[in-house]
Amino acid sequence: MHELAITESIVDAIVEKIGDGPVAAVRLEIGRLSGVVTDSIRFCFEIVAGGTGLEGARLDIDEPSGRAYCRNCRLEFTLDDPIMLCDCGSADLDVLAGRELRIISVEVR
Amino acid sequence: MCSTCGCGGEDVSTRVTLIEGHTHDHDHPHEHSHEHPHEHGTRTVLLEQDILAKNDLLAAGTRRHLTDHAITAINLMSSPGSGKTTLLERTITDLDGRRETLVIEGDQETWLDAQRIRSTGSKVVQINTGAGCHLDAEMLDRGLAELAPPDGSLVFVENVGNLVCPALFDLGESARVVIISVTEGADKPAKYPYMFRTADLVLLNKVDLLPYVDFDVDLCLELIHRVKPDVELLPVSATRGDGLDAWHEWLANRSAATALRSGYRPPG
Repeated sequence: MHELAITESIVDAIVEKIGDGPVAAVRLEIGRLSGVVTDSIRFCFEIVAGGTGLEGARLDIDEPSGRAYCRNCRLEFTLDDPIMLCDCGSADLDVLAGRELRIISVEVR
Repeated sequence: MCSTCGCGGEDVSTRVTLIEGHTHDHDHPHEHSHEHPHEHGTRTVLLEQDILAKNDLLAAGTRRHLTDHAITAINLMSSPGSGKTTLLERTITDLDGRRETLVIEGDQETWLDAQRIRSTGSKVVQINTGAGCHLDAEMLDRGLAELAPPDGSLVFVENVGNLVCPALFDLGESARVVIISVTEGADKPAKYPYMFRTADLVLLNKVDLLPYVDFDVDLCLELIHRVKPDVELLPVSATRGDGLDAWHEWLANRSAATALRSGYRPPG
């Protein structure tokens, strides 16, 4: 349940940046290969944001797909499976996208 | 609720304890103003920052400090019961004081593992995470402050037994070792790919039990290589001693690499 700690990192980082004033919405980017479950983030957010300026804020989560480059067949392709394999069978990949864990923006009131 | 440690009240928090020392609880001044939102116009503030930026920044500072002092810190991760503590006891006993070896133990509760390590003669700090399921950079920072490892030493960090959460948190360690034992399912690397992908070395432990269990070694190794093609792999038995020469050689190579980066020369 690392999502609890991740969510507190989100709330802490936002409060640190913008203070404890009221926030209407938070936009996050959580890639499909990041190992973080967005449903759990939503569940934890309600608890962690309670009593802060983020209480009741809307959570918008972008979930970019994974993209990888196969060093074997030199192709770039989309993948959302954490077992990262190219169709050619190779696991020798450069992951180009999908591991994002970012706070993009907040809407403050 | 505090989710650094998962605590919900005053009494449950991360505790860092030098075994045979005294307990420090972390400060908990959670005071938040409670303002009700009002429906005015909103404005968007761009933040564009990594969620784990604070952890990763702290981890980078730890890594720099460790390198400057030629300290090699090995983050040991596995599911509960794979033999991490037994491996540490055996490793410290085998080193027989030839290398200053210190340990940070991470568990939700109890000092049991730290007491086992303490009986080998090693200095040990216990971190109890309370409801927390992993160590993070801040906990290791506090643990190292309490442990005060000398220059050139070897520090083992035994993470909380868990193949999921510890994978995401950089502690500032020098290397990550993931242990899987033959009493577990051979398909664990496929089930927990995030963990195995972060490993610098995978130890396949309890190989002395292979005649008695249904464990497909080839399948396990194939799955590990699928998740992390270039990872090093060593079959070992922490109780019978199989493969431990190679494990010590790996540790010596890691320490030599740290010393090279820091320009450290061991005394004598």
